[in-house]
Amino acid sequence: MPEISYRHALNAALSEEIERDENVFLIGEEVAEYNGAYKVTEGLWKKYGGKRVVDAPISEAGFLGLSVGASMMGLRPVVELMFWSFIYVAYDQLVNNAGTVRYMSGGLVNCPLVVRGPANGGTNVGATHSHTPENMLANMPGLKVVCPATAYDAKGLMKTAIRDNDTVCFMENTLLYGESWEVPEAEYLIPLGVADVKREGADISLIGHGRALLTALQAAEVLAEKHNINAEVLDLRSIRPLDEEAILKSVRKTHRAVLVEENRPFCGVAAQISSMIHEKAFDDLDAPVLRVSSLDAPAIYSPPLEKLQLPTIERIVARVLEIC
Amino acid sequence: MEKLAEANEYAAAEVNRNLTNEQKIGFMLDMFRIRRFEQEAAKQYSQGKMGGFLHLYIGQESVAVGTVSVLGEDDHVITAYRDHGHALAVGMGMDECMAELYGKKTGCSQGKGGSMHYFAPEKNFWGGHGVVGGQTPLGLGLAYALKYKGLTGCVLCFMGDGAVNQGPVHESMNLASLWDIPVIYIIENNGYSMGTSQARSSAFGECLAARAEGYGIDWDVANGESLYEIRAKTAQAVERAHKESRPTVLEIDTYRYEGHSVADANKKKYRTAEEIEKYKTEHDPLRLWRKVLVEEGVLDDQAADALDREAKREAIASAKFAAESDFPGPEAIFEHVYHEVDHDTVSGRTGKHFFND
Repeated sequence: MPEISYRHALNAALSEEIERDENVFLIGEEVAEYNGAYKVTEGLWKKYGGKRVVDAPISEAGFLGLSVGASMMGLRPVVELMFWSFIYVAYDQLVNNAGTVRYMSGGLVNCPLVVRGPANGGTNVGATHSHTPENMLANMPGLKVVCPATAYDAKGLMKTAIRDNDTVCFMENTLLYGESWEVPEAEYLIPLGVADVKREGADISLIGHGRALLTALQAAEVLAEKHNINAEVLDLRSIRPLDEEAILKSVRKTHRAVLVEENRPFCGVAAQISSMIHEKAFDDLDAPVLRVSSLDAPAIYSPPLEKLQLPTIERIVARVLEIC
Repeated sequence: MEKLAEANEYAAAEVNRNLTNEQKIGFMLDMFRIRRFEQEAAKQYSQGKMGGFLHLYIGQESVAVGTVSVLGEDDHVITAYRDHGHALAVGMGMDECMAELYGKKTGCSQGKGGSMHYFAPEKNFWGGHGVVGGQTPLGLGLAYALKYKGLTGCVLCFMGDGAVNQGPVHESMNLASLWDIPVIYIIENNGYSMGTSQARSSAFGECLAARAEGYGIDWDVANGESLYEIRAKTAQAVERAHKESRPTVLEIDTYRYEGHSVADANKKKYRTAEEIEKYKTEHDPLRLWRKVLVEEGVLDDQAADALDREAKREAIASAKFAAESDFPGPEAIFEHVYHEVDHDTVSGRTGKHFFND
């Protein structure tokens, strides 16, 4: 099976869906002639032209709101945010409009929209460009939130997200764009709301999403080699809808869990999952559920410190050793 | 508002000169219906029959009726929260509109949107939006979709004078001009941005619509007292949208008699009672249209009164309909959140969508 980068996997998904459905178009800052700020859309404008791949000015509320309106009338826009950090200037359009119009119209209107882009820290760009808003958007019934960790998942989930009839917030990671994984050439789809066991284990469940999941996989190797602990690593892939059954199944098997995320701890994704595990699998637990999140401050610029602010292998291992 | 005679010279405009008596009487009835509907809604509101806000359109009826009356099959409408007039003008029924105010299952949004969030996409009416200016990118997107699909249509996107100071309005105007989008932004200028007068809220030279100049968009100002002028200037904008795929900003001067909403306790404090009275007696669009029709010999006073009575009866009946309708059941809380869940698709059945238990 060929290895392709996370970036190319997304590019292939977008290209295939543009070809499949005439209502799909890409829109965002520098997605067309510039080939994409992070080259996710490279070559697509040249291949499909300006109707299907649209360069927008720096007007997130304007072009995201435009896309919500276009989706109400049946188009399937895929909106690139150069960074998810910029969603705040378009929050009303995403949350109040895309997120509620179906509800407030009693089901008469819906928004088959994908909003995508990187949502991560770790690149020394300071707090304004390092937000991870998956918890905030998953807090909004009406929106869906997806955070793929690998190229394989990114491609399969993107194709599903574009075909979904609800608004999907698709959160990528600039640090993963250049990383490669095996991706089949034949078409495949990955449903939203299905978690994936990325590493089988029996002693503890490490549960996470996005790049934090990859850190958890590395931590699992350290735990196996140095501490004789066999960790299971469960990739949520999708935050909302959430695969609760997979989480509970893993916890019922290992009886311990450490939740790993690049989200911040207060009201973060892991906080929700911790609460759920305690409510639904309390009797199966041999220890309290612990969390490893980003350190609770705005993203710091200073490069060596920012590395420490995100979940590290060391922090995950230390957390696991508290309960194993 | 002092140039009514001049405004009514638009009777000779192309879009007006072939109007039948029946059509003219229809506009009269449409305006009576909006007014009577809202008076009935206000009455029922004061009796505790509904919750939330109620933003009344009384005084502005000519704007919705006049603009919508020139639209064709592929022309669409979207507006802000003062939406009852536009809803009735596009042909939504009083029953479904009143029931929505009551939060009933028979409401146009099944009681899930309320006063500010009426929808009827089958009538090309896309809401009903609660946040000032928030609907302006949506209107742009609807028009973008028309153009994308190769249809010859346009979108009338209404906003109040207060909305012109919101960022998305400006982002939308830029995009509309940049990409030749057939959207018509109609600023219904009733002089007050909630309880703050235009002079205290907006910096402007000649008028608010002139802000479009900076985006290279054609703009105009219409006298909201005259259906003829409203229709003529809207028709011009619609023609520009259809033939050139170009946007327009059309400001229509009008006035609201009631407060920003019924909860506006200061509705007579930020303006004088005399000012309101003057509009009611000298500038009321219903009174003035009636006068035009009487002068033209289209209608006599007796016939006009009969139309008004018909509208009033319909409004009263709609309140009865709403009162007798059922509230939605508790299961409605989780309906219409996700399309995929509502349609019980594989996607809707996969993973947990709601987190109450």
